[in-house]
Parts: sequence; structure tokens; C-alpha cells
Amino acid sequence: MPLVNFTTREITCKIVYYGPGRSGKTTNLQYIYGRVPEGRRGRMVSLATQSDRTLFFDFLPIDLGSISGFSTRFQLYTVPGQVYYNATRKLVLQGADGVVFVADSQARRYDDNLESLQNLQENLLAQGVDVRALPLVYQYNKQDLPRDLILSHVELDDALNFRSVKSFGADCLHGHGVFETLKGISELVLKRLAAGSPAA
Amino acid sequence: MTGLSPQLRFDGFVVGGANRLAATAARAVAESPGAGYNPLFIYAKPGLGKTHLLMAIGHAARAIDPALVVEYMTLDDFVEAYHTAVGAGQGETYRRRFVEAGLVLLDDVQFLTQRRETQAELIRLIDQMQSAGRQIVLTSDRPPSEIEALDERLLRRVGGGLVIDIAAPDYETRVAILRRKAEERGVVFASGVLEAIGALAIDNVRELLGALNRLVAFQAVSDAPLDAAQARLLLGVRGPAPDAPPMGLPAGGDGATPALAVPAAARGPQSEPAADEFGAFLSEVADTLTRQVEQWRRRTEEAILRWEGEGFRVDRLRALLAHELDSDPGAAIAGYERDVERLRELEREARGLSEDLAGSAVFRNPDDLTAAEAALAGAREGTAPPPAPEALWSLDDLVESEGNRLALRSARHVVESPTAETNPLVVIGGAGVGKTHLLHGLGNALLTRPGAVVACQGAQDFVAELIEAIERDRVGVFRNRYRRVTAFLLDDVQLIAGKERTQEELFLLFNHLHERGVQMAFTSSVPLKAMSGVEPRLISRLKGGLLVELPPPERVVCHAVTDRLLTARFGKADPELVSYLAGRPVESVRALQGLVQRVVAAADGHHVEPTAALAREVIEGVTSRPARPADAPRSSGVVAGTSGGSRSREKMVWDWPDAPERIAEEWR
Repeated sequence: MPLVNFTTREITCKIVYYGPGRSGKTTNLQYIYGRVPEGRRGRMVSLATQSDRTLFFDFLPIDLGSISGFSTRFQLYTVPGQVYYNATRKLVLQGADGVVFVADSQARRYDDNLESLQNLQENLLAQGVDVRALPLVYQYNKQDLPRDLILSHVELDDALNFRSVKSFGADCLHGHGVFETLKGISELVLKRLAAGSPAA
Repeated sequence: MTGLSPQLRFDGFVVGGANRLAATAARAVAESPGAGYNPLFIYAKPGLGKTHLLMAIGHAARAIDPALVVEYMTLDDFVEAYHTAVGAGQGETYRRRFVEAGLVLLDDVQFLTQRRETQAELIRLIDQMQSAGRQIVLTSDRPPSEIEALDERLLRRVGGGLVIDIAAPDYETRVAILRRKAEERGVVFASGVLEAIGALAIDNVRELLGALNRLVAFQAVSDAPLDAAQARLLLGVRGPAPDAPPMGLPAGGDGATPALAVPAAARGPQSEPAADEFGAFLSEVADTLTRQVEQWRRRTEEAILRWEGEGFRVDRLRALLAHELDSDPGAAIAGYERDVERLRELEREARGLSEDLAGSAVFRNPDDLTAAEAALAGAREGTAPPPAPEALWSLDDLVESEGNRLALRSARHVVESPTAETNPLVVIGGAGVGKTHLLHGLGNALLTRPGAVVACQGAQDFVAELIEAIERDRVGVFRNRYRRVTAFLLDDVQLIAGKERTQEELFLLFNHLHERGVQMAFTSSVPLKAMSGVEPRLISRLKGGLLVELPPPERVVCHAVTDRLLTARFGKADPELVSYLAGRPVESVRALQGLVQRVVAAADGHHVEPTAALAREVIEGVTSRPARPADAPRSSGVVAGTSGGSRSREKMVWDWPDAPERIAEEWR
């Protein structure tokens, strides 16, 4: 549940970009970082390995200013996609208010997507999070690649999106679908504020 | 051979002026890997065919030499595979994989930016490939010199091969591509349609094909073939929003897919991201959040309406609104509702204890649970058992005589079959005649009834309890305590004389109990008609029941009592002693008990059995008395002292301590 501090009148939402390695999670954040005015974004922290893969996580804080009297902040995280960094993924996933599952649309990454999605569900369950209740959207990245190399939006929905949540086609390199995805997950997360007791 | 799409071959690649050089170089490399342009570096903007050309090289080379090992991968794959191998301690194995490859095709190397480790590995690979006469082909969306922070050594090695670009297709090439693709899909367009598309400023082949897809789809669902004007209208740059194709127009690539198989990025030049994406995002988030905050406010207002309507105080919820939701409204409402529920529980229990508490305001204020709990605690105390009769007294212990027969039988009648005529039972008698015994005996007998709650106490205790209740402002509790009894027995009722408040409470209690048919009994040492200081309304109610007198004990009673006392002490009783003691003139059983105790004490002091003679000595003060002459005058037992005056022998001390003991006692 998003952290609402009524005394200081602050709302903080933690959104985690999850998905297999090289699916474009960091690229999402980089694109967002490039579009957020300087005064509203914090320093993007990116901890990569020597071989340039995300080792720990990327973190991008965004200050949305005062909305309805509440100072609203979004914290965007990515997890390392590589299979062997599961401990880090679990750590980053803790307290997530919403998850964007960034799938690689390439047909040959089909199994990687499935494996990562199963890993997401396992990690959420291990943390006692009801997977069905957590806001989740899918982003099918790299839809700009040739049709022959990728699975279509519908095919990816069939393969991954069995909960029929919102899904977005994207080309994160060029920004297509990046903010649409962020809007989608933000709406779900913020709607939870009033869906039940905010402190529950 | 890995990762090559079977569709992307040279025969599907439309060659025009803009890509002729690149296509020619690619064919040359495919026909003679490692012989000419090594490495071959092809760069072009997205959607112009780099990947197509790269894979076509792989297919062609394999077609010529099926034994050739071809490795195709994107730079990301390259890095990932390397990273995995190094992580597993298999770095050398990974390198050998490329040594064995005759043709390495590496896509999207623009992502080498800032990746020094990867760049170093790539340099090593190029060196190996070149030295072994094997081919490596690289593609990028920009020339090597524009790849940020590219290692100089890598730049030199790439520059040593062939760097070639693919420009945007010209009109003719675009039309040729469109015709080829339409033909592949078996779609025939009206004359001028494909030309119309080709004339549009679409310099990206992928977008061009996306436009073709839309026309194919539109024509598939149209009754008449599409004409050029309609095609322009459909694809006009100023046409419909890129993310929202015309209603009913499938946007999928094959025309049969109902959803967006190809995202905005691949559907046309008009699908560029909006200029102020963050502004749009912020606006949307603000709308959503504002709605949520309003929802909190609405929930709070609904809670106020609901609970106020049910009579509960809602100050806490109003404060929440007044302070602009300065605390978590969900938690605050939940907390308030928990308190309301607690109040309801308290009230339910309190109502069971006392109807007076039902609907009390104290159970309508969730901000003061303490008061409600105190009220309930008070009610609970009010239901605490009132003083019960002393268990040691029983009706059966009372010896019936002619004088007390009426009183005893009345009491037994009350126990066995109470009637309105015996309620209240009022026992009048002097001090020590057995009124208290009778009352407690009656109480114990009544207690044997199922569910009986018998209050039995002296009037003094009753008064004291009321005073305490008044002091603690708990008169309600006091009343509740007595109003729930099944029998109310009050000893020495004459002691309430002059105590107006007690009389008031007793009057109210009497009425309440009488109305419920609860048995009451009172004792008094003063006849009712002689009782002063007690309100006539109370006396008249006492008179309304059954009045019985308990006279001083008769000889038979004294005999039985004495016999019982001595037997209890010594296991037997001397008949002469019993007869002597029972014959003493006493006004009460209590006085008789005093006599017996004195005789017993004297016997204990002399270590002898109590006898009638000893009793005479103790009581009358004579050791041996000559038999009284028959004609001698009768004495009252009071003898004249030698110093004048008179004294009662019964009050004389016969066993004085020795002088030294007395002195020591006085000096203590």
C-alpha cells in the first residue's frame, strides 16, 4: 500500500520494474529520467556490474509536487534481471506498491519472460504479498523489432497476461509506451489509496 | 547457426539506391566470409533493414557452405552470454565458442556506450576473427565515431574494415518495397494506391510496412477496393491520432489481428511520443490522486452521517474533516467504528445488568470509552451479591416453645409457601431473644431455592453502604444491588430512625420488591407502634405484612440451649447443672449464654467439671449455703456489703491474682 503520511501530508509510491535480463527495465527509467524536468527528479542511482549489467538496482525518485495537499513522490526501481541475482530482486521487491513487468517481445526470449514472471510470483508469495491484489501491468518492449522476430501484443498477452491486467506495447529506446506504462501502473497504485484503509 | 529469422533473406530485401552499396557488400561477405570486408560495419537509422541484411548474410553464407558455423546475436546477447559464462567461471569456454565460428553477426553494437569491459572483449574477438580469416559483421544505428566513449582501439579496428550506411529509401525504392510486400501477401491494390503511400515522407521501412498493413487491413474490411485518395486520407500525417486508429480498423500486421500487435512506435511517423510526456503524466496522476482524496473525504462524510444518525457523537470524525484529513482517514474511521462496536458491547452487557443504563449517553460517546467502561463496572458491582445470611445460623437450631412458636412457624411458612400475607414478615422482640438467629436462619432456608439471591444484613450496615454509595455517587449501583434480590431481610430496622435518606431508599426498595413479590423480613427490638423517627409510610408498609413477637426465652428454651452449650463443650451435660442454669432468671438467650460461659470458665480455672454447686458459687457467690429455712424470706441474690451500699454477687471477682502479680501488672 502506498505510504501515506497524513501528518506530513506526503504520499510515496514505490514502483518496481521487473522482468528478464535485457528486457529494457533500465531503459524505461533512463527514458523517464530524460523527460522529467530537472527540478522534479532526484539523482538516478544505477549500480551496474563491470560488464555493464544491472547488479543491484536502478533507483529514480520523482517528485510530483503537491497534489490535493499531499506532497507526492514516486520511487522507481528496477531489479537485476539475471537469474542469479534473486536475493537482490527480493530485496528491491519488498514494499513495492506496484510492479511493471517488462517483457522482451522477441520470440526467442519467450522462456526468459515466463521464467522471470514465475520468479516474480515466487518472490511475492515468499514475502506474503497477494499476487492478485498487487497492482501489476505488463510492458511488451522491443515491439519496434521486425515482426518476424517478435511476438505480437496479443500473443504476449496470451503467453504472460493470464490475469488480464493492463498491458502496453513499447519501444523504450525511443520512448514509445514508456509513460503510458507508468501512467497505467500509477493509476492502479493510487486507486488503492482509497480502495481500503490506506494504513491497512 | 543461432538466432536467424528464416524470413530475413536477400531475396526479400528490396535493393534501391539508398541501400545498394550495403547490399552489395553484404552479398560479397556472405559469398566469401573473411576474404574482403572484415569487419563489415553497417549502420542505419532504425527500420531501414540492418538486421534484415545481417541475417541475410548468415543465410546466404550457410547456403553456400552448410558447414559454416554462424553466430548471430545482439550486443545485449553477447554481453549477457559473456557475463553468465564469467559468472560461472567459463569465460574461456565462451571465447572458444567464437573461435569456432566462421561468421559472427553482431547486431545493435551502439549499446557499447560506456561498456569498457565489453569493448575490450569485442576487440579481442575481432582480433581473433581477423587473424583466423573468419568474418565478423557489426550493425549499429549510428557510425562508430558517434558511439559514445568507444574505445579508440575498437574504432581503429572497425575503421580497418568497411563501414557503410543504409540511407532512407527513395520514392522508387519505397514503392518497390510496397509492391513486393503486397505481392507477398497476395493483396492487390488499385492503381496509384501504393504510389500514394510511397509518396509520403516515410523514410523508415518498418513504418512504411506499418502503413501498408493498415491499408491491407482497411481494404480487407471494405466492400470496395481502396483508392489513392482514401489511402492518403487514411495515412495522412494530419490524420487520426497515431495511438488511436479509426474505429473498426484493425491495426495488426496481418489484418486479422484485432489488437495492436505492433505498438505505436511501429505504426507510423505520427506515433512519436508527445512533447511533454511528463506534463501529461503529471496531469493524469493529479486527477487520479485528487479523486482518491475526495473519496477519503466522502467516506468520512458518509461515516459521520451514519453514526450521527445512530445517535453516536462524531466529534472525532468532524475533526478529521476540519483538519483536512490530517490523519489517515481509513484508519481513523476504522478506529472510530471499533470504538462504536466496543460501546455497543458495553451497552449490551450493561442493559442486561440494569435497564436504567440502556440508551445512556455514556454509551454514545466513542471518544470516552473510559466513562462507558466505568458505567459498566458500576453496573457489574451493582450485581455483586448483596450481604448473605450468616451460614452458621439455621432455623432448625431454634428451639420451639409456646412463646416463639408463632414466629418460628411463620418463618417456616415463608420458606415453604410464601404468600402476600406473610410479606413482609416482621419479628418484634427484645435484645438477645433470637431475632437475628431467626432472620439469618430464614435467609439460609430461602437460599436453598434455585437462583436465590438473599440479602440479609443489619440496618446499620445497610445505612453505611448507602452513605458510601452517596459519597461515591453510585446510588444507582446501590439500588441495583438490592433490586435484583429474591429475598430481602433487614435486622434491627429500628436503627434507621432519624435517617431520612435511608428511609427514602428503603421505601423505594420496599415498593420495588413488593411489587415483584420478593419476600422481605424485618426484625425490630422496638414495637412498630412505639417506633419514632421512622416515616409513617414505611411503618404502615411494615404493618401490612405479618407481625410476630419473639418473647424472652422460656424455661424450656433455656434448658435446651444450656444443654446444647454444655454438651458441645464437654460432650455431656450435668442434668442438675442444666436445670440450675435454665432456671436462672434471664431476659434473653444471650444472657443465658453469658451465665454458661462464666460457669465453664470457672470450671476450667479450677480444673474441675462444671457442677451445679460450682455454678452457684460463681453466680451467687456462696461456697456452701445452708439450706434456706422454709420460712426465711426470699432473697434476690443481692447482698449488702460491709462498707455499706450494695453489690451484685454476679459482678464480683472471686479469683483475684496474687499481690506481686497485680503490682507487676500495674507497673507495665
